[in-house]
Amino acid sequence: MRARTRTARRQAVVLAAVASLGAGLLAGCADDGGDSKSPSEGGGGGGKTTLTLGLFGAMGFKEAGLYAEYEKLNPKIKIADNVIQQNANYYPPLLNHLTTNSGLLDIQAVEVANISEIVSTQADKLTDFSKVAGVDKSKWLDWKWAQATTKDGQTVGLGTDVGPTAICYRKDLYEQAGLPTEPAKVGALWAGDWAKLVTVGEQYKRKAPKGTFFMDSPGGLLNGIIGSEKEKFYDASGEIIYKSNPAVRAAFKLTAEAAEKGLVQSQTQFQPGWNSTIANSKFATISCPPWMLGTLKDNSKPESKGKWAVANAPKGGNWGGTFLTVPKSGKNVAEAQKFVAWLTAPKQQATLFKVQASFPSAPSAYTMPEVTGAVNEMTGDQPIGTIFAEAAKSAPVQVIGPKDQIIQEGLSDNGVILVTKGKSEQEAWDAATKTIDNKLDK
Amino acid sequence: MTTRHDTAVPPVKEGGTAPGRSPEDVSPAAEKKRARLSRRWQRDIRWSPYAFVSPFFLLFVAFGMFPLLYTGWASLHQVELTAPTDMNWVGLRNYTRIFDDEFFWNAAKNTLTIGIISTVPQLMMAMGIAHLLNYKLRASTFFRVAMLAPYATSIAAASLVFVLLFGRDYGMINWALDTVGISPVDWQNDKWPSQIAVSSIIVWRWTGYNALIYLAAMQAIPHDLYESAALDGASRWKQFIHVTLPALRPTILFTVVVSTIGASQVFGEPLLFDANKGTSGGAEHQFQTLGLYLYEQGWVAQHLGRASAIAWTMFLMLIVIGIINYVISRRLRASS
Repeated sequence: MRARTRTARRQAVVLAAVASLGAGLLAGCADDGGDSKSPSEGGGGGGKTTLTLGLFGAMGFKEAGLYAEYEKLNPKIKIADNVIQQNANYYPPLLNHLTTNSGLLDIQAVEVANISEIVSTQADKLTDFSKVAGVDKSKWLDWKWAQATTKDGQTVGLGTDVGPTAICYRKDLYEQAGLPTEPAKVGALWAGDWAKLVTVGEQYKRKAPKGTFFMDSPGGLLNGIIGSEKEKFYDASGEIIYKSNPAVRAAFKLTAEAAEKGLVQSQTQFQPGWNSTIANSKFATISCPPWMLGTLKDNSKPESKGKWAVANAPKGGNWGGTFLTVPKSGKNVAEAQKFVAWLTAPKQQATLFKVQASFPSAPSAYTMPEVTGAVNEMTGDQPIGTIFAEAAKSAPVQVIGPKDQIIQEGLSDNGVILVTKGKSEQEAWDAATKTIDNKLDK
Repeated sequence: MTTRHDTAVPPVKEGGTAPGRSPEDVSPAAEKKRARLSRRWQRDIRWSPYAFVSPFFLLFVAFGMFPLLYTGWASLHQVELTAPTDMNWVGLRNYTRIFDDEFFWNAAKNTLTIGIISTVPQLMMAMGIAHLLNYKLRASTFFRVAMLAPYATSIAAASLVFVLLFGRDYGMINWALDTVGISPVDWQNDKWPSQIAVSSIIVWRWTGYNALIYLAAMQAIPHDLYESAALDGASRWKQFIHVTLPALRPTILFTVVVSTIGASQVFGEPLLFDANKGTSGGAEHQFQTLGLYLYEQGWVAQHLGRASAIAWTMFLMLIVIGIINYVISRRLRASS
């Protein structure tokens, strides 16, 4: 009797274990199906179409409430995104997926430094927006439209934001260093010439609050200067000219000079160490495309909110900006195109600026109240829309090439940063060009 | 084997034959059938082992062999990631240029130095820890499991924590150094500090793993060896030197080989130690390993041909290392 109950009990235990295990597995499966983040889940989820976006950095569509709004307008659509922190980690797999034409999401973002390469090598894998209903070429800045258009007139991506560059500075630190704090006056200090900005840096250093630097990083200054040049790394015919272009060398020299004088902190942008310098308010000035305000916001402690202001850069320039593409191999191509067209329409771009400070690539948005009246947590009550709009209009139409990103990263991250480590300008330049050439050499 | 053969012959189902096997009862048809079944059985016994092991080999051919050969083929071409089917024959050029590619040799040197400053302390510490764990102590299972915790942690998580610890301006290690009066070290941008920092991630992750391997080997050493050594008046240290170490020789050799191979492929730790530009291994490539350089050429610069040549060169270097290991191990075995 005893023995029997024991086996019966054991059987019951085993059964219970199996049952709970099975239930767990089933629950696991159900979980996967319900919250379909996987790109392959096209039409699942109760008759709803799930559109998937591959994004990088802080693009902020979700934060700006744009997904929710579109889902409300289109009850049959569900939107899910997959955000990778840095473009450096996002782009190589994207390119790999494009060349093999598999594993792509419905919508894929492409950074401006990569768009030329995508346009020239992967256009056949992407859908053409120029023929999509409701997409009006005239809504975009001409050059923004042209950047995503192939020679034979296929437009493979729609522009979201651009990066008209201004200068952000800390009002409190400027005041302590005896510099003006009014945006107009500050802008006037260096109007027209980046070298004047470095001079202001020297003034700042003389009375600087202890432990602070004038600028955050050599790379940031270099990118600001180069972004205001019409030709940087490629000439109009597509030849690589970064080594012979006097403007690039001059920008490198000026940055190296600022580094030698101890005006810029020895940091590489977007690294944990650099993030901490934001959190600890260790620098007073930064080359500032609108999206940089988002980076400042993400890394700042609450007490530095409202202490920043935006002034005109010495010369208007552009740094950054993104496109959205729809791969042909996606499962919901038509719906994805519709969504991208909606997401990049002037109205939505203006909303994005209001929330995320990503500056519109559609000029008609520049006069919308969302832009003209926009204030940012970091810059207090200063209306920043007008300054960035001015910068966007004065920015040169830049020649971009397929390997812009490699050249830019090489100059800043493997080049001018070395000056802060005690290398001479010439040594830093040699190191940078050697690295870049090695990466360009097929 | 033979008996199994007999009993496994399937019984004849129809035809009214008596059980057992009396050949005269068997009709020609049944005979044929049996012969057929028997042949099938023969084939089965001959070929099914191959079928059972085939999944591995098929997968190996698909995911090991093919990429290996394809990489070799690609290494003879100029081919870009943007158009992998568009190959341009260049012969051995991708190999010959490696000889004067200073980035390759820099990476090779870094791989070697990082390999040494991670493997040597790692194995020595593992040995020490294993020796301590081999004593009777309370909650020994807990300690043994705890040893494996770093190994079970993902490289990514561990490296990101180490990056914060090794931060130049706000890192905990520099803060600790500062409190004892040592000026802060730029762990990321200076050559040796950055290599030491990267090595420390590797040491942290793998020491416990090796310690457990040593511990397992130590427990196989007969206890009476220690007892008689103790009777002879050998101290604990003497016991370790004269009993434990000799008995562990094959295990040590195994861990050395495995660690060497691991060290020559170091990738994740240096990649994540430089969270932003990753593949260049620091501003001056001061901790760029061969694995990183390969990845940089292939996936950042998008030169598949060059990357393939680097991969094959690394492969050949590993074979050389393997041969050296083999020679040394034979010498050791001969001497013991």
